[in-house]
Amino acid sequence: MIKLGEIALARSGDKGNHANIGVVALDAKHFDLLKQILTADRVREFFRSLGPTHVERFELPKIQALNFLLYDVLDGGASRSLRTDTQGKLLGPALMEMEFDV
Amino acid sequence: MAIRIGNGAGFWGDNLDAPRRLVETAQLDYLTLEYLAELTLSILARLREKDPEAGYAHDFLPALESLVPALGSQPKLRIVTNAGGMNPESCARAAAETLREAGLGEVRIGVVAGDDLLAQIDAIQASGCTFTNLDDGRLLKELKRPIVSANAYQGAGPIVEALAAGAQIVIAGRVADASLTLAPAMHEFNWSATDWDLLAAGSVAGHLIECGAQVTGGYLTNLAAVNLADVGYPIAEIEPDGTTIITKPVASGGAVTCDTVRAQLVYEIGDPAHYLTPDVDCDFTTVRVEQVARDRVQVSGATGWPAPDNLKVSLAYRDGYMAEGRLLIYGRECIARAYQCATIIRTRLQQAGFEFERTCFELLGAGAGVPGLGTLPSDPPEVVLRLAVHDHRREAVERFTREFAPLATSGPAGLAGYTQARGQVRPVFAYWPTLVPRQFIEPQVEVRAAKEWL
Repeated sequence: MIKLGEIALARSGDKGNHANIGVVALDAKHFDLLKQILTADRVREFFRSLGPTHVERFELPKIQALNFLLYDVLDGGASRSLRTDTQGKLLGPALMEMEFDV
Repeated sequence: MAIRIGNGAGFWGDNLDAPRRLVETAQLDYLTLEYLAELTLSILARLREKDPEAGYAHDFLPALESLVPALGSQPKLRIVTNAGGMNPESCARAAAETLREAGLGEVRIGVVAGDDLLAQIDAIQASGCTFTNLDDGRLLKELKRPIVSANAYQGAGPIVEALAAGAQIVIAGRVADASLTLAPAMHEFNWSATDWDLLAAGSVAGHLIECGAQVTGGYLTNLAAVNLADVGYPIAEIEPDGTTIITKPVASGGAVTCDTVRAQLVYEIGDPAHYLTPDVDCDFTTVRVEQVARDRVQVSGATGWPAPDNLKVSLAYRDGYMAEGRLLIYGRECIARAYQCATIIRTRLQQAGFEFERTCFELLGAGAGVPGLGTLPSDPPEVVLRLAVHDHRREAVERFTREFAPLATSGPAGLAGYTQARGQVRPVFAYWPTLVPRQFIEPQVEVRAAKEWL
């Protein structure tokens, strides 16, 4: 069992009512693993309590990174959100706790 | 030869000493100061409504004052900022006053405007532009709320024009963040406005430094040990071919590594193959990073495609009122008592005749940061109950803020913080992300010596 934070780092933020989470592998070997295990479905399931309508995954192989777009998860976005975390800044750190069997 | 562009502010409210420390500890050709988040303009628009001379990012004035010695001793240093917000001319006048008092009345200030569309919204709609909401597809004409501000994101072009006219300080309104960095590179290297790969390279450099210390060690999930109290703000050393070194002042805190740079490259992006700015359609997927020395990371390989025909517009409309309140709840079974407090508040508001359009319940200290993720801790020593509401009736939201303090004597035991519990009622300016065809935007550039702005 490993946690995502042992093989990657992440940074998240807002794009209107959508959030993005950039996940960067700590080295090239871990990027292959990351691509296999960190699917869009897996991320969507992890954040199901936020009610994403769709999760899209993009690859940046030259910097060993993945980018996830989580649609409609920010309670109306930074301007209308009633939450403490209006901009989804905590989604990256939260994802670091995801556990995998490897 | 490379030019050195530092960024001393990543948002309105960033560290006030950072710009001065950056120019004192590094030799820069340009200092950029970025102040405008998506919604800042609506706040500035409200300030301008109350005072026609207001409506710009006031943080710029103390920053400029702190930079006066550097401007005197480094006459080639130039400053590029979007501090102008909703009122760049007024910002220029205030800046000119600061400069004149310091004996720098000859410094040339350039103002970049033309982004403010509010007065033309109806005319542009009449020409067939629907200002469709990019998030939900609604047309602007369906919106029945008053619009507070509407600003198109301009690109590097008008800033280049101001620099070419000799501006030492460029004060812009809404321009794309990355354009603040791209413009000096275009100006210095004479890059053409259609050399897409070079424009992409300059935009990547701008994207990397625009959030200040977030590329030099701030907010990195795997880097807690570096000295962030003295974190160095970032510098992009851009070569004529677009190759860029990201670095920071020697002897400052933080770090510049492949990790800090990669994390910032993916910050707030959508499709990395199409990072759109007013200047270019950038492909981040071809970008490479390499650590070439301590705190020096080389960034290369960016590619670009023709700039989009439409410009992004930041439009905000009035959407009622919001407030929040908090109570600290301490001791055994604090979570149960927090639920009890929330129920009391809700019941009393219902009895007073108030239901709210939107509400939020959070238990801070029990995992509220990401709602619904994980389980509640079984017996924490304390939690903070935080409630927030949104409604179009100001009086309803006012009443909500009054319901926390009474719990001090009429709620369960173990409550504290009720003197600070009552939150402020604030108007909501909701964001309407949309586009406008480029031909509707007329950039305005004016450059004059500081003393001639007064």
